[in-house]
Amino acid sequence: MNPTFASIAIAGPEAVLTAGSLLALMLGTYGGGDRALKGLTWVCVLILGIAGLTLLDDPATRQYAFDGLYVADGFSAFLKVLILGSAAASMLLALPYLADVKTGRFEYPVLLMLATLGMCMMVSANDMLSLYIGLELTSLASYVLAAFHRGEARSSEAGLKYFVLGALASGILLYGITLVYGFAGSTGFPVMHAVLGAQAERSLGVLVGLVFIVAGLAFKISAVPFHMWTPDVYEGAPTPVAAFFSAAPKAAALGLLVRVLVGAFGPMQVDWQQIVIFLSVASMGLGAVGAIGQTNVKRLLAYSSIANIGFALVGLAAATPQGIEALLFYTAVYLAMTLGSFLVVLQLRRADGAPVELLSDLSGLSKVRPGLAAALAIFMFSLAGIPPLLGFWPKFAVFQAAVGAGLVPLAIIGFITSVVAAYYYLRLVKVMYFDDAGVAVVSDGGRTNGAMIAAAALFCSPIGMLAITPLVAAAGRAAAALYVITG
Amino acid sequence: MTVAVFSFYLFAVVLITAAVLVITSKNPVHSVLWLIVCFFNAGGLFILLGAEFLAMLLVIVYVGAVAVLFLFVVMMLDIDFATLRRGFLSYLPLGLVVAGVILGEVLFAVGSWVPGRGVMMFDELVSAPDGMTNTQWIGSVLYTRYLFVFQAAGLVLLVSMIGAIVLTHRQRVGTKRQNIGQQVARTPANAVHPAQPGIGQGIDL
Repeated sequence: MNPTFASIAIAGPEAVLTAGSLLALMLGTYGGGDRALKGLTWVCVLILGIAGLTLLDDPATRQYAFDGLYVADGFSAFLKVLILGSAAASMLLALPYLADVKTGRFEYPVLLMLATLGMCMMVSANDMLSLYIGLELTSLASYVLAAFHRGEARSSEAGLKYFVLGALASGILLYGITLVYGFAGSTGFPVMHAVLGAQAERSLGVLVGLVFIVAGLAFKISAVPFHMWTPDVYEGAPTPVAAFFSAAPKAAALGLLVRVLVGAFGPMQVDWQQIVIFLSVASMGLGAVGAIGQTNVKRLLAYSSIANIGFALVGLAAATPQGIEALLFYTAVYLAMTLGSFLVVLQLRRADGAPVELLSDLSGLSKVRPGLAAALAIFMFSLAGIPPLLGFWPKFAVFQAAVGAGLVPLAIIGFITSVVAAYYYLRLVKVMYFDDAGVAVVSDGGRTNGAMIAAAALFCSPIGMLAITPLVAAAGRAAAALYVITG
Repeated sequence: MTVAVFSFYLFAVVLITAAVLVITSKNPVHSVLWLIVCFFNAGGLFILLGAEFLAMLLVIVYVGAVAVLFLFVVMMLDIDFATLRRGFLSYLPLGLVVAGVILGEVLFAVGSWVPGRGVMMFDELVSAPDGMTNTQWIGSVLYTRYLFVFQAAGLVLLVSMIGAIVLTHRQRVGTKRQNIGQQVARTPANAVHPAQPGIGQGIDL
């Protein structure tokens, strides 16, 4: 077969998403425009589903395509399932909101799908070139989505802030890539791994390049100290967009970071391990402490996502297959918890029609909407890592991996920050259950969102423990696939 | 000193001087003009490297299109650059510190630089295979080896286009638009209204 066609067959999800996003754009432009938003969204979800189906017949072995620019293996397949799933959820959960605030433009699902395409390219990148292009595709679509609610100054501000800081991070990343290219002589990950492994003493320049690359990628996962944009962007961006930001791009950028560090910089593990440990400790600490004073639910969830990235990075800091497995497990559970929390927030409206944003708006929710309050309580307990709920197990797994790698202090710090973070998660529960009802809250989300909340809550509840065994097995296979040639 | 070395230093010195002037000149229009000087000199450096296609691209695309667009934007936007520049002095020390740190890193990196495997130095640059021009050579890898990133770059451009439309395009009510179909379908029967008014009478329109 022609090598190009063979490559396209290997890159099935990307091919489907490319064709699908172009088709959706045409459908939107010529098939009714903004009035067709609902139908178009379902078409896009269907296309994401088809892209997911192409992952099913993935062989277990690692396959390269496009002259080594692209790689498909168990690791990328696992993350792509997470990315496609949370992107589809992010599309659907926006429908009632967009109809309500009258910015229901048909480009929303199309941009989301293009961002998803970029994320799939990120987790399958096997070369700095494809890494950068995938990252830019995702980022550019995200900037537009953050400013999507263009009539509102806050949303435009969020988009602009995100854009300026994101461009700076991209510049830093590119600078690091050029430095490393100068020393390794290639942008391909396997070659870099081989060259760096063969050098007896590596020069300082590679290290500087590595630091720049990690800094650029840490911005994308909003790890401290590159997190400054997160609360502002989450607060200003439309709530469904904030939900999207907290889910799929985090999984993709984490996967990318793991791929770069293990796949390309594997021989420099001692060097990057310290950086990751610092990022992890700082994110956990600031995520826990920074959220305490917040009164806005979206800002609170932003800090929560920063803290969770810190916990996930504990797995990467361990730098063992077991650690990567724990990281993947953590990411999968985190996606369900964060999307569920945002769904509940989206579901609520104040009596005057304004979306619920303040913590005090939720007071007494248990008396008005007991079901939603119970779901949010489950998500909060789960995010806090209270044992019988699902959120406890991945946290346990990452700490176990850290201890297994001899990083006992890191695990202890993680444990302490997790206790600190429990304070603000539990405060939200207290506001819902023990405070007097302040503002009348009505719920007007669609039936689809209700079903998604129920599914996520069920997954995070103790019943979700049934899913642990298959999930951990899948994460284990994915982590093993990553280490096939590098280990 | 050969002509090549002389022209390299000429282009390099003018390039760097012009680059400094881009960020220091008070008038933004002058900045854009200095930028054009930069692009021309960078094109000259490319020609010295034997990459005449890239040199022409730089001149045609950057000077011909991008810089002119910059010029338009700078002239059309009513930005008071004096107020934007007001904080310049107070931020200068911090900026210099950051610049100094990065300069130090670059010096460390370059100082310890040993070319890695596969990095070609100038004296070992390979020339294009026989019978192939520079342009052909680029094209032959751009559409085969780098097809994936080439297409993906196209998608990035598509996203920026969609983004520009989403964020700025507004449907205004009451604007009169040209409808070519309507214009073509217009016949004398529905455009001309023959009338024969009597003497001293007006026309009912």
